[in-house]
Amino acid sequence: MVTDIDRQTLLELIDAGAQIVDVLPDREFNNGHIPGAVNIPLKTLTTETVSILRRDKPVVVY
Amino acid sequence: MSPRAACRLDALGFEKVHDYTTGIADWKAAGLPLEGSTTDVQQVADATRPDVPTSRPDELLGTVWQRTEAAGWDEAIVVDCNGIVIGRLRGRTWTHDTDVRVVDVMEPGPTTVRPNGALAPLVDRMEERGTKLVTVTDPQGVLIGVLVLQEAQRLVTGEPPEQIWVDCEGCPGQWKLQPSKPTAQS
Repeated sequence: MVTDIDRQTLLELIDAGAQIVDVLPDREFNNGHIPGAVNIPLKTLTTETVSILRRDKPVVVY
Repeated sequence: MSPRAACRLDALGFEKVHDYTTGIADWKAAGLPLEGSTTDVQQVADATRPDVPTSRPDELLGTVWQRTEAAGWDEAIVVDCNGIVIGRLRGRTWTHDTDVRVVDVMEPGPTTVRPNGALAPLVDRMEERGTKLVTVTDPQGVLIGVLVLQEAQRLVTGEPPEQIWVDCEGCPGQWKLQPSKPTAQS
């Protein structure tokens, strides 16, 4: 299930230990990203690349 | 881009997927800290002070003035119940009777800037226009703080700041005071 969230909810999720995924191209990621975010560009989003994430914990993408 | 990524993660079996739809642009505009940024351009957020006194529109002017003066300021920002900036109290505003409501005498709709804007051009504009203080909000108009020209000039010219608020490590959205002596607002 996908839920759209705003900034305040994001901050609450970060405090709760959510996994943050930046799906922008790596060049944009390297220009500054949300602290703690991992970079998995949309074009590389596969079963293999998301294996670094836990499926039972909340995930936030942007 | 992120809606497609969210759908894909959902399809891949992730149980709780959230889409921060406004993305990094919203995060930056709110003045929140970045990791891995290669930019060394000073931003408005670098000189923004969140400790400016605030007032609700239905408060009495005298009450707000007492609070403002006690905090060492001569200006207060009027915010609604959602923290959105709706007015400003300064200068001649304070000469009204103390028992009038703030909403009846405030300067409505003050100019605001975003925290991720470049600092130096803003300082230039403030100097040209004789503006000593500008209100900093997020994209939704929620108060973040104020930028005081005198302090921003010190930062731009590389002088040690007397009082600059900075991002708090490990706690996005919060601030801490650098270990220097607080000064009264001019």
